[in-house]
Amino acid sequence: MCNERKISKFFKIIIGLFVAALFLFPMFMLLLASFKSQKNIFLDVIGWPKPIVLTNYGEAMKRMDYGSALWNLLWITIVATIIIIIFTSMASWVLVRYKTRVSKVLFYVFAISMLIPFQCVMLPLMSTLSKLDLLNPKGLIFAYLGFGSPLSIILYHGFIKGIPAELEEAAAIDGCSMFRTFWGVVFPLLSPITMTVAILNIMWIWNDYLLPSLVIGSNVQWNTLPLKTFFFFGQFSSRWDYASAGLIMSIIPIIIFYLAAQKKIIKGVVDGAIK
Amino acid sequence: MRRSKLGFWLFLAPCLIAFSVVELYPMLSGFYYSLTDWDGISATPKFIGLENFKNIFTNEKMFWSCFGFTAAFAICSVILINLVGFALALLVTKKFRGANLLRGVFFMPNLIGGLLLGFAWQFIFTKIFPATNIPFLQNWLTDKETGFAALLIVMVWQMSGYMMIIYIAALQNIPDNILEAAAIDGAGGFRRLKDITMPMVSQAFTIGIFLILSNSFKLFDQNLALTNGDPNHATEMLALNIYKTAFSANDMGMAQAKAIIFFISVAIISIIQLYFSKKREIEA
Repeated sequence: MCNERKISKFFKIIIGLFVAALFLFPMFMLLLASFKSQKNIFLDVIGWPKPIVLTNYGEAMKRMDYGSALWNLLWITIVATIIIIIFTSMASWVLVRYKTRVSKVLFYVFAISMLIPFQCVMLPLMSTLSKLDLLNPKGLIFAYLGFGSPLSIILYHGFIKGIPAELEEAAAIDGCSMFRTFWGVVFPLLSPITMTVAILNIMWIWNDYLLPSLVIGSNVQWNTLPLKTFFFFGQFSSRWDYASAGLIMSIIPIIIFYLAAQKKIIKGVVDGAIK
Repeated sequence: MRRSKLGFWLFLAPCLIAFSVVELYPMLSGFYYSLTDWDGISATPKFIGLENFKNIFTNEKMFWSCFGFTAAFAICSVILINLVGFALALLVTKKFRGANLLRGVFFMPNLIGGLLLGFAWQFIFTKIFPATNIPFLQNWLTDKETGFAALLIVMVWQMSGYMMIIYIAALQNIPDNILEAAAIDGAGGFRRLKDITMPMVSQAFTIGIFLILSNSFKLFDQNLALTNGDPNHATEMLALNIYKTAFSANDMGMAQAKAIIFFISVAIISIIQLYFSKKREIEA
């Protein structure tokens, strides 16, 4: 019995390693290519780079305008996520605590809207945003609040339902305003779900392509990393030496984020899926 | 607490306004636009009734071939991703050295955006595959069948780690003593899997099936980056077809009408899901 378990464990590790190698293979090939010259890629795309070329990264960085693209993506992601957290937590709180028909209906409207595919609203959305003069980063963040609201509200709503209201009522009796009660008493209690909301929104906004391409795509100065990657590929589709380096550089930030917050990310993903 | 109406609306206002402007209003006006000849430029599109829908059902053969391609893709990816995800979960649930590392590797592709993934795999299919000199691995992205397979491989690579995480969470909820008791009673590994493990994670299966179904149905980024619908729209999925109708053909009214049909299809999938999960709740 014990022996049988050991053998099965051994097989699991072998299979696991084999599958892991399959999973890493594409990224590894890309990494190798990013250190090769164009000629080297043409002659021997699979083998070890010879000679090892380091200039692809510098060149890709320059052509993609990597620094500013990364910075744009970073601040848009952070600001949008913070705004989503602030406003959806507030909205969810009143939706839970005011037990009226209106709050019930509004919650269902938010929940049902998650069915709407983006393609269904994108054309009217663009015409609306352009009328409001919002085809800029401000408009993009505003759009993220709108599109991010349903999932974040569902997550907060479910969590707040499980918190007893006594504490808030005591604070209110002590004379705290609604605003003070929420930020002083309620919001600190929400931190586990706030973490989940933050992670799911960061992962979505960071990787989003279509919405920013429609809202800020025409204005080069605001372009984010996914947009730059797309343009870069349009121009240099045959230059895999630069392209592979550009791709590796675009992938690295999210991998660092994952390594730094692995446990929380996985918890966030599970919470988000079950809703 | 004083339950003022004003407080309620103030707290709700920012989300409600943003949501109404970017989702609710475009959705409703979208129904109107689908009944017009809107080209995106003229300020007053002409109302043409159900003309766009009539056109889609009678003339737009391509839309329906995209629809078929998308549906076939969604079904295949649901089956494959859930199978691979569940197998990976079984592989790494039990504690052994390196199990955590393996989980990390399997989950990692899920973090990378669809656009980057599509481009990365374009490199694999157009450079690495041909370099093997195996005839079967040539020209994958220039043919409908292999293009379909290529999209499927990319999706399995990206999503099965995600499903693995969900199945691990479900597997960990199975009490060890049930499995041990079954083992003592002489149930073999396969029996235990079929009669204990699988029924106990059935809820996760429901989640997984519909999550992947609607994700695959709505797939856009990977499609755009990997094949861009080539060759000749053969690997174009619904979302990309709508996008191209709008921005390459500038036929916004038609694109909006297609989007409405798209929405109805997604809604039907979700209603079926709701029906199944409610049914399960009642049974349980």
